[in-house]
Amino acid sequence: METLIVNVLLTLMMLAVVVLARTRNLFSVIVLSGLYSFLMATVMVALDAVDVAMTEAAVGAGISTVLLLGALHLCRSEEAKPAHKPWLPLAVTASAGLLLVYGTWDLPAFSDPEAPIHKHVAPRYLEAGPSETGVPNVVTAVLASYRGFDTLGETTVVFTAGAGIVALLRRRRRKTADKEAP
Amino acid sequence: MTRDMVLRVVAKLLIPFILLFALYVQFHGDFGPGGGFQAGVILAAAMVFYAVIFGLDNARKVLPDRLVETMVAAGVLLYLGVGAAGLLLGGNFLDYFVLAADPVAGQHRGIFWIELGVAITVCGVMLKVFYLFAGRGPEEEQ
Repeated sequence: METLIVNVLLTLMMLAVVVLARTRNLFSVIVLSGLYSFLMATVMVALDAVDVAMTEAAVGAGISTVLLLGALHLCRSEEAKPAHKPWLPLAVTASAGLLLVYGTWDLPAFSDPEAPIHKHVAPRYLEAGPSETGVPNVVTAVLASYRGFDTLGETTVVFTAGAGIVALLRRRRRKTADKEAP
Repeated sequence: MTRDMVLRVVAKLLIPFILLFALYVQFHGDFGPGGGFQAGVILAAAMVFYAVIFGLDNARKVLPDRLVETMVAAGVLLYLGVGAAGLLLGGNFLDYFVLAADPVAGQHRGIFWIELGVAITVCGVMLKVFYLFAGRGPEEEQ
C-alpha cells in the first residue's frame, strides 16, 4: 500500500515537472512548483520523515512560493521564447540522470537493516540515547545533543544567509535616493 | 487581497492555530517529530500568511524590522551562550551534562535552549527575507 501511494505521488510529481518545463506563463510555473513541493512533502510523510515534510511544506510550498510571487511582481509574467533548440541540454541532462540512476544500483535496498549506515553509530544512539539524554525522540537527541556542533554550524549558515540577503537587498536611506533622483 | 472578506475571515480563524501548532512543534520536539527549525519556519509561514492577507505594513506593525533583525542574531547568540555556559560550568563547549545537577536534566535544559535559539534565528531569517522581497515594488525602483 505504501509503495503504491509513493509511486502515485512520484508519478504526479513527474507530471508536474513535465508541465513545469513546458509552461511559459510564470504564474502557473510558480503555482506548479508549490504543488511539486506539497507532493514532495506528502512523499516525506509516507516515508515517515515528518520533520522533513513539515519543513518542505512550510518552506518549499509556503514561503518560497510567496517569495517567487513577490519576484514575479517585479518582472514580466511570460517567459521569453528560447533562442536555441533544447536538444543538447536535454541530452546532457538525460545522460546525467541515467548516470545517477546507474549509481543508485550500488546503494543498499531501501530500509535495509544491514545497510552500513545502520551499522555505524546509529545502534549506539538508539540504545544509549534515551538513558543519556532523557529525550524519547532520537532525532532530536542526535540533532541537538550528540551533533550539537553540526546544528550550531547549520544555524550559523542560516544566519549568514540572512545577513547576506540583508547586505544585498536592504534599501539605503531614502534621503540619498531622493537627492540623486532628477 | 486585503478587501476580500472570505480570505480575511479564514486567515483570522487559521492563524492562531498555526501559531499554536508552531509552539507545539517547538516544545513537543523532545517527544514527537519537530524541533527548532520546523517551529521557526511554521512561525514564519504564519507571519507571511498574515502579511499576504492583511498587508505588509500591518505585518511590520506586529513584528517590526528591528525586532526581526535582532531575532536573526539573537538565536545564534543564544545557541553560542548555551555552549559558553557549558564552558563556564566546567565542561566542554556545548556540554549539556554540567548545566544541571542531574546530567539528564542538564541535557533537557541544553536541548531546550538551543532548540529555542534555532527557532528564533530561522524565523527571523525567513521573515527578513520575506520583508526584503515583498517590500520592493516596481514603482519604487524607478
